[in-house]
Amino acid sequence: MRAYVPSYDLRVPGSLSEALALLTREPGVWQPFAGGTDLMVLLEAGKLSHKRFLSVSKLDDLRGIELTSADVTLGALTTYTEIQKHRVLQKEFPLLCAAARETGSIATQNRGTLGGNIVNASPAADSPPALLVYDAEIELVSARGARWLPYHGFHTGYKKMQLAADELLRAIRLPRRVKKWRQYYRKVGTRKAQAISKVCFAGAALVENGTIRDARMALGSVAPIVLRAVETEDALCGGSISPGVIAAAKESLAREIAPIDDIRSTARYRLRVAQNLLEEFLSQLAK
Amino acid sequence: MSETVSRIGIACRVNGEPRRVQAFPMARLLDVLREEMHLTGTKEGCGEGECGACAVLMNGAIVNSCLVPAIEADGADIRTIEGIAGGSQLNAVQEAFLECGGAQCGICTPGMVIASVALLERHPHPSDAEIREGLAGNLCRCTGYQKIFAAVVRACESSRDDKPVTR
Amino acid sequence: MEEKFFGHSVPRKEGREKVTGRARYVDDLAFPGMLHGVTVRSSVARGRIRGIRFGDGIPWSEFTVVTAADIPGKNEIALIEHDQPCLAAEVINHPEEPIVLLAHPDRYLLEEARRAVQIDVEPLPAIFSIEDSIAKRAVIFGEDNVFKTYHMEKGDVDAAWAQADVIVEGEYRTGAQEQLYIENQGMIASANPADGVTIWGSLQCPYYVHKALVILFGLPAEQIRVIQAETGGGFGGKEEYPSMIAGHAALLAWKSGKPVKIIYDRAEDMVATTKRHPSRTRHRTGVTRDGKLVAMDIDFVIDGGAYATLSSVVLSRGTIHAAGPYFCPNVRVQSQAVATNAPPHGAFRGFGAPQSIFAVERHLDQVARAVNLTPEEFRRRNFIRKGQTTATGQLIHEDVNFNALLDRAFRESDYYAKSERFARENPGATIKRGIGFASFMHGAGFTGSGEVYLASVVELEATPEGTVRVLAASTEIGQGTNTVFSQIAADALGISYDRIEIAQPDTGAVPNSGPTVASRTSMVVGNLVEKAALDLKRKLLDSGLLCDACTEDEFVRACRRYIESRGPLRSRSQYEPPPGLHWDDKTYSGDAYGTYAWAVYVAEVAVDTVTFEARVTDFVAVQEVGKVIHPVLAAGQIEGGVAQAIGMSLYENVVWREGRMANGQMTNYIMPTAADIPPIRVFFEEQPYPFGPHGAKGIGELPMDGPAPAIVNAIENATGICVREIPATPEVLMEAMAEKAGALV
Repeated sequence: MRAYVPSYDLRVPGSLSEALALLTREPGVWQPFAGGTDLMVLLEAGKLSHKRFLSVSKLDDLRGIELTSADVTLGALTTYTEIQKHRVLQKEFPLLCAAARETGSIATQNRGTLGGNIVNASPAADSPPALLVYDAEIELVSARGARWLPYHGFHTGYKKMQLAADELLRAIRLPRRVKKWRQYYRKVGTRKAQAISKVCFAGAALVENGTIRDARMALGSVAPIVLRAVETEDALCGGSISPGVIAAAKESLAREIAPIDDIRSTARYRLRVAQNLLEEFLSQLAK
Repeated sequence: MSETVSRIGIACRVNGEPRRVQAFPMARLLDVLREEMHLTGTKEGCGEGECGACAVLMNGAIVNSCLVPAIEADGADIRTIEGIAGGSQLNAVQEAFLECGGAQCGICTPGMVIASVALLERHPHPSDAEIREGLAGNLCRCTGYQKIFAAVVRACESSRDDKPVTR
Repeated sequence: MEEKFFGHSVPRKEGREKVTGRARYVDDLAFPGMLHGVTVRSSVARGRIRGIRFGDGIPWSEFTVVTAADIPGKNEIALIEHDQPCLAAEVINHPEEPIVLLAHPDRYLLEEARRAVQIDVEPLPAIFSIEDSIAKRAVIFGEDNVFKTYHMEKGDVDAAWAQADVIVEGEYRTGAQEQLYIENQGMIASANPADGVTIWGSLQCPYYVHKALVILFGLPAEQIRVIQAETGGGFGGKEEYPSMIAGHAALLAWKSGKPVKIIYDRAEDMVATTKRHPSRTRHRTGVTRDGKLVAMDIDFVIDGGAYATLSSVVLSRGTIHAAGPYFCPNVRVQSQAVATNAPPHGAFRGFGAPQSIFAVERHLDQVARAVNLTPEEFRRRNFIRKGQTTATGQLIHEDVNFNALLDRAFRESDYYAKSERFARENPGATIKRGIGFASFMHGAGFTGSGEVYLASVVELEATPEGTVRVLAASTEIGQGTNTVFSQIAADALGISYDRIEIAQPDTGAVPNSGPTVASRTSMVVGNLVEKAALDLKRKLLDSGLLCDACTEDEFVRACRRYIESRGPLRSRSQYEPPPGLHWDDKTYSGDAYGTYAWAVYVAEVAVDTVTFEARVTDFVAVQEVGKVIHPVLAAGQIEGGVAQAIGMSLYENVVWREGRMANGQMTNYIMPTAADIPPIRVFFEEQPYPFGPHGAKGIGELPMDGPAPAIVNAIENATGICVREIPATPEVLMEAMAEKAGALV
């Protein structure tokens, strides 16, 4: 343990109003702490610069999975384990279940939360590509009230997001409109289990009579944020799949992403594999 | 030097016994178990939730105790390797590890036993893929995992022979 | 002698403690008044220390602070050369080199203090590659950066090229690999002028640590005591580096007057301690048109890092194994260990052999292709046989039957059918499947005259209760020393396995049975255990207190009576070389090892052309290791070694930045998980070795040697791409495939 642990505070408010009051009283002082599967790693390494945390573990308002005919709403504290077990998610949102299954180990999946994965804002996070594909919306709450906003656009840069200092992420809402969409998720992390992704690709498309009516694609680990490949989506919509279309889409994707060399992989590898995953996704659509 | 906070009281059940300790809120459950409660069977291998040597059962679910802040253990029911055997009677998983050669150097073994127990609670008769997935969070550098897989299978078989897999 | 326990899978001696969490590793020990210790290290690769600053805000008066000036004896980690300091005093030669030691009762505060120490350094030019070291872009060791060279020659290579129809050249590289034992390194020391120094720690070789501390403290040998705690894996990583940590803990304890515990965390263990030597091997091979080896010219270089440590010995084993298990009349191996400004590379299972064997076994697949033979047929034409000589000129007396090993390996792996099926199915498939193999040998025990110099000793002592204790410095690090020694002793004494106790390795109480390295514990030390046990039994028989066919009760009674009437009942055995072994250190020729383990490994892979990821999907390991002492332990050694070698082959990549490991976390240095390791199917051919206990040979390192070339040969079989380096990461495979695709255009 490299950190000076006595200098870290972790408060555990018992209710949402108590938590929001604390955030309002001292904005920026308290950072939310959920499953701890990322923050505790930084703490161990002595690299957790923020010192005061607010545990959301007792906030029942942030828990539970609710269903309506139009959407599924997941509390921010929904764990990866809960996601995988949920029947409707398994059936309609398999990409999210796949992401949950491939995040860390079972021990991590028992602690790690969907909300934490979003707010931790890692470009290598596994669930955001799925959320982007599903047009997820997120609810932010503060003492001032609640607001819903599209998840797409929430992250504005590396570790930057549209979350005010007094706000908490309460819930994630997934519109139930992709039942007929063809879906694809692939995380590439070299080893089969508990890997950090080098490239992660989530895709979904509505294909009718060989024509792509609508498409979503999102990628992790190829840009400062998890990225939705909007231009490539647009280029594909309305057309059918052909070798030429696939080649053009790969070109388009190369322009949209900005992979880098780091200790886990190379920019060249990430680009090439991102394109290959796109091709694999599109080829499956054609079948 | 940085400002400090006070230690707080933490009350939990560990291996069935009520325990009460003082700890810094962000102290790792791992350190609380090892240093305050002298339960040194739980091991530290990486401190980053990767190796699983520090695995314990918290409210029945497997967690890496290096990633759990002490304050979150308040009110929790925790089982460590010391609570897996029933006195001198080994758990079927432990017996199977002995029999099949699932333990070599032994440092991953407590976590591996915990993970196996958790696995068999979820899947009493796991497939090969379920065993691999269930143990993928526990790294072993000695065995190449083969004898551990065999031990899990053996533990299932012995549970059919009416030996309790878990207490 | 009846084999009641030998050859049977008896329960692991300390197994119960391990499965219940009761086994006590060094971090599980605590002493009254104990302090924690940490090491302040260099952040630069090379430089001159200008000063040390202790920052504000830390109550320094509460701390014990040690620098090189506090060392009572010589500032060196005594091993082979004298170049490595215990604490850098003036010059820094690698990142993470220890400079200052701190101790305090509060672990948290200690970290705050470690951050507050600043080392003021004037940087000096540094070198980070074998090429830069050889080119002397900076000279950091001696006059030419060379720690050690060997020149080994058999026949006349220069003259032999004329007989070759085909000459094939190739260059091969292997990367550093972290041992990654799951228990990080750690030591506890108690030290003061009155009692001397006592160490408890996670270590393989108690007497190495002992020797280092004698020099570091300038104390007589009996004032230093080293005790092994339960040790959570070693793989060579706890062969030489523990001397460093023990020295540090002891210096802090000596100065503070209190026990001091130093436990590395994973990050420190990964960046600061030793790794497998990176290597570069160049082959030039001459063959006849019908595929007979005529000449092998091999240039083998390893990167030793900043200090000599064990590099000369690692180089030696790599050199001797570089030509593989083939008969070739003319072989030359020129090898060198060179210095770079990385932390010293050190012992790691296989000890140089996996590096040079990777090269030769990859290369011979290329040679086979050049003469239009299958890799199999080419090897069959060149396998070494009884009556032929190895590259060192060692005459093989054993009935080596490589063809039989190969046949079995191919049968068990269904090699032919799979090769045929993969060749048929691969075109058009996204996932390309392939199968490949390697044939290899591993010399058991110390090289050359090493065992004679070690002159290892084992003692046995009986108690009045009729238990017999084995006294040896050989350590249990997971491989099963305790169990194997107990099996051997029990059978020799004719008593039950449970009557044998293994004394805790403690230099104050056990003789020096040599280091726990080099696949020597079962074969060499096990043999000493057997001899000492037979001697102990002989004493009882000679005393008339025991008859030959005794019961357990009679044995117990005899022990008690012997001790009551004559005093302690002990026996002792010392190593004697098998007859007829000759080794010449000057020419590097002769009998390099008493014997070898022989093996053929087959790997099956699947290479995904979307992600360029290669996975091993099946693995067959067939070996001849003499008689198998304990089938479960022996298979466990092979399976664990193969898994570790799969890591080396495909996953484990040390990312270097200016001589420092940049991915020193388990998250980013990825070893295989339970989901990544294929079924590993292990088969033993048993041919007794006359000079091992009941015919056993060494086994521990063998499985590290073969998997890498077998796997990369399989990748070539699957994809047609010729990869000449490991780890063959997806990035490497992608670039190789891109190159091949480009070459076709």
